[in-house]
Amino acid sequence: MAEQPHLTVVGAGPAGLAGALAAAERGVRVTLVDAAGRPGGQFFRQPDPALGADRKQTPHHEWRVWKRLRDGLDRHRATGRITHLTDHHVWCAERDPGSTEITVYALAGATQEEGVTVRSDAVLLATGGYERVLPFPGWTLPGVVTAGGAQAMLKGSLVLPGRKIVVAGTGPLLLPVAAGLASAGAQVAALVESASPRALLRRAPVLAAQPGKLAEGAGYAARLLRHGVRVLPRHTVVEAHGTGRLTAVTVASLDRRGRVRPGGAHRIACDTLAVGHGMLPHTDLADTLGCTLSGTDVRVDSEQRTDVPGVWAAGEATGIGGAALALAEGHIAGRSIAARLHGNAPDPCQWAAAARARKRLRTFSAALDSVYAPPPGWTDRVADDTVVCRCEEVTAGDVRTAAGSLGGSDLRTLKLLTRAGMGWCQGRMCAPAVAGLSGCAFTPGRRPFARPVPLGVLATPPGQRLD
Amino acid sequence: MNPLEPARARPGKAFTITFDGRPLGARSGQTVAAALWTAGVTAWRSTRGTGRPRGVFCGIGVCFDCLVTVNDRPNQRACLVPVRPGDVIRTQEGTGREHG
Ligand SMILES: Cc1cc2nc3c(=O)[nH]c(=O)nc-3n(C[C@H](O)[C@H](O)[C@H](O)COP(=O)(O)OP(=O)(O)OC[C@H]3O[C@@H](n4cnc5c(N)ncnc54)[C@H](O)[C@@H]3O)c2cc1C
Ligand code: FES
Repeated sequence: MAEQPHLTVVGAGPAGLAGALAAAERGVRVTLVDAAGRPGGQFFRQPDPALGADRKQTPHHEWRVWKRLRDGLDRHRATGRITHLTDHHVWCAERDPGSTEITVYALAGATQEEGVTVRSDAVLLATGGYERVLPFPGWTLPGVVTAGGAQAMLKGSLVLPGRKIVVAGTGPLLLPVAAGLASAGAQVAALVESASPRALLRRAPVLAAQPGKLAEGAGYAARLLRHGVRVLPRHTVVEAHGTGRLTAVTVASLDRRGRVRPGGAHRIACDTLAVGHGMLPHTDLADTLGCTLSGTDVRVDSEQRTDVPGVWAAGEATGIGGAALALAEGHIAGRSIAARLHGNAPDPCQWAAAARARKRLRTFSAALDSVYAPPPGWTDRVADDTVVCRCEEVTAGDVRTAAGSLGGSDLRTLKLLTRAGMGWCQGRMCAPAVAGLSGCAFTPGRRPFARPVPLGVLATPPGQRLD
Repeated sequence: MNPLEPARARPGKAFTITFDGRPLGARSGQTVAAALWTAGVTAWRSTRGTGRPRGVFCGIGVCFDCLVTVNDRPNQRACLVPVRPGDVIRTQEGTGREHG
């Protein structure tokens, strides 16, 4: 091993930043690789500097935490301890045969055609997650966007998708999104949440153990009230209307079992629907490296190590739980990596506070998960002619036929039979829906690459592209 | 109110791009998708199979719904690509291959 061990961190969100700083402070040289032009990930996404925003904290949360991370990053970049490669999309990572090194392959440049290779002694995967949206009639109309996507475009480019917006789906992300859009000047016509407040109450003891999180939620609720946003709990969007673009949505109330109540539907005029049904972790790189997944998440031990030597993972990649959990996990990973790369067994007492936070926050998010599950009857409301795979335009009817008369009983077979999941996004958007509609298990797709790669880059032997 | 106000943003002077031949104003610091949204455009692709309109869906580079032709390069993700003065943006039909 080199004098100064070298770590590559993929992802500069809360988890990756916390990990990079913890490792750098303990004598590790870090290369931080991220597809975005600026650090922060989803939670700490910044307006582009060229927009000259004076009050960046306006569409922003936890400004003080962010300042600490950013100042730390700036400090270590100045000394050369951390190298931050922005606009670098990692498409593959592999362990070098016959050595302990791990190589990360990225695409750089405006058109993402320039190959860049980084070799290091360890890798921290902090790739975050993306939003899950379950299909319903009309969900492919322009004007229907993911809730997180609307938030990301607002935070990064200070733009709104439309004027009159319905925020809908399920999960804790809907609150900050609705509050953010309303504060930025959109008319939020309704916040439609399929979970029932009763379910929240039932989990009250677990939730109350996280007063900070509850206060955050209450803060968003107060902002919604101030903006006069109508909140419709235990409601769901059953259809999006429009030709060419969205003009209205039909929402319906749900009974206790999560089924649409007969006669409980009404129409809300809007030009935008921001919709989401929870999040899924990015696990492609872990998968190519051979890390074991647990359900949809990268499996890690108490030090955030995967079961592949030299590979750690933290944040949403190891299970959805929010920015505070991502910070705690990243911090633990960074400390563990530093100790291990220096050849020492780490002392978990040194990260006891972060470990306590991690335990609390994991329990909290497990409780939230049970509250914010998609309503059970959602598949019944997906009509046969509804497109399920947005890339290949495969309908729910196609999926049902493949699962029924053609006997497809796993996602791979269904993909071969219908092409669902074969397009550009490689099933990231449709896989949960295809699984739900066909009744087969949802397993994250094994994708050869985490990003589309130009043939020219694939054709160049990796050794010729050293950083 | 527009979203620039609460953030007290003072972006640089607008420059011109074209979308399907129509001149639009855009600003440095925006992605192509953000510039189109600002101009009220929400669809800039038609699907390969049924020719349906699409625009931004995920907003973060995962779904590939926002593919567009920028300066004769098809299949660019509008939500990731920064907009530049003089950009010629065109609706992408199908695979976009006819553009080169
Ligand atoms: C669109 C979106 C918006 C969100 N907005 C909010 C919000 O407003 N409030 C809130 O509480 N929570 C929000 N979340 C939830 C958020 O995911 C987490 O709470 C938090 O940001 C997780 O931190 P993380 O470090 O695990 O991942 P992230 O913050 O997601 O960071 C992951 C980083 O990895 C990079 N990355 C991923 N794959 C690659 C690759 N292959 N190559 C190079 N770089 C890569 C990404 O560019 C990103 O910067 C949002 C989630 C999404 C998907
Ligand atoms: S909107 Fe999903 S990739 Fe651009």
